[in-house]
Amino acid sequence: MIQYAAILLFVLGLYGLLTNRNVIKIIVSLNVLEIGLNIFIISIGYVSGGIAPILTSVNNTSALLFVDPLPQALVLTAIVIGVGTTALGLAFAKSIYAKYGTFDLDEVEELK
Amino acid sequence: MKKLFAFVLTIGLGVLMIFSLRANTLFPEFGDVSIADRISALFLDKSVNGDNGDVVFGQTTDAEDGAANLVTSIVVDYRSFDTLGEVTVLFISSLGVALLLGVAGKQKRLALNFKPNFMLRVGSRALFGIILMTGVYVILHGHLTPGGGFPGGAMIASSILLLYLADDEFRTKVKGFKVLESVAGSLYVIVGLLGLVLATYFLQNFLPTGTVGDLFSAGVLPIVYVLIGLKVGSEISGIIDHFLTEGDLA
Repeated sequence: MIQYAAILLFVLGLYGLLTNRNVIKIIVSLNVLEIGLNIFIISIGYVSGGIAPILTSVNNTSALLFVDPLPQALVLTAIVIGVGTTALGLAFAKSIYAKYGTFDLDEVEELK
Repeated sequence: MKKLFAFVLTIGLGVLMIFSLRANTLFPEFGDVSIADRISALFLDKSVNGDNGDVVFGQTTDAEDGAANLVTSIVVDYRSFDTLGEVTVLFISSLGVALLLGVAGKQKRLALNFKPNFMLRVGSRALFGIILMTGVYVILHGHLTPGGGFPGGAMIASSILLLYLADDEFRTKVKGFKVLESVAGSLYVIVGLLGLVLATYFLQNFLPTGTVGDLFSAGVLPIVYVLIGLKVGSEISGIIDHFLTEGDLA
């Protein structure tokens, strides 16, 4: 059931991307969309009663019931790339503000 | 009107996704997953190149991949090529930030709205050391405990950010970060090429993997994760520096 909640988050971010014209709000929507996707990928790998896929002195053998480590590794990649794109987007926002004095893309088009 | 159109479109997309997933028998119910049917079972048993039986913490030696943290064994060993691409993406984005925000000539940092007093300055220095040490610990134990190069690098960058926010005269040496970043990135590729020369494939583990659970185990994994940690830490610190400085007005 939580998988559908993740889809809800994804759709919410998509709605924000389609309706907002403020650069900062677009970046926030992109991040919400991304979090929804990450939760969805993680939830695919969940096993009922499974433990975190790390061998320790307590959970010491790979014969135990672990959750799927592969989606977690993929999401680790996705999070880092999300940080990179967010930083680049904020840099764009900063240079737009320095040039036009506003974050609103409609106002930017009028000023052009 | 435009908002209504976007609303209908997104609701339609969400409903389409949910119903198509419900109708699909291949899509598992939440938690109702059998690891044995998936390729991850091979990653968990470290048996991708042949059945090696169960891995036991502290006893199994010379396993196919010696990391106790099974996510790390995927990120930096089985799918290390993905991670190289990911590090490249982060490098390109930090390069883009430097291109957009960097200005030639003398730069000055953004002024704080308040004058930091003695307590704030000394306290932030003490906290800086603790956060930095935690970051280094997380990076070094990436193959044993949760964490690794990416979160550890972010912790190092957050300690730099703390100094920026608590001290009005603090400036990092951006050139030093650039050098560290390029050296770490090149060494990652060189480790991969060494795998090609000394073993068979690019980025293959060419060192003995040791006992699962020891600090000095897992072959090249800790080395690669330390390099990733240094690279991520210096890249994010460089991004922070670019956001908090501006060109000299004079």
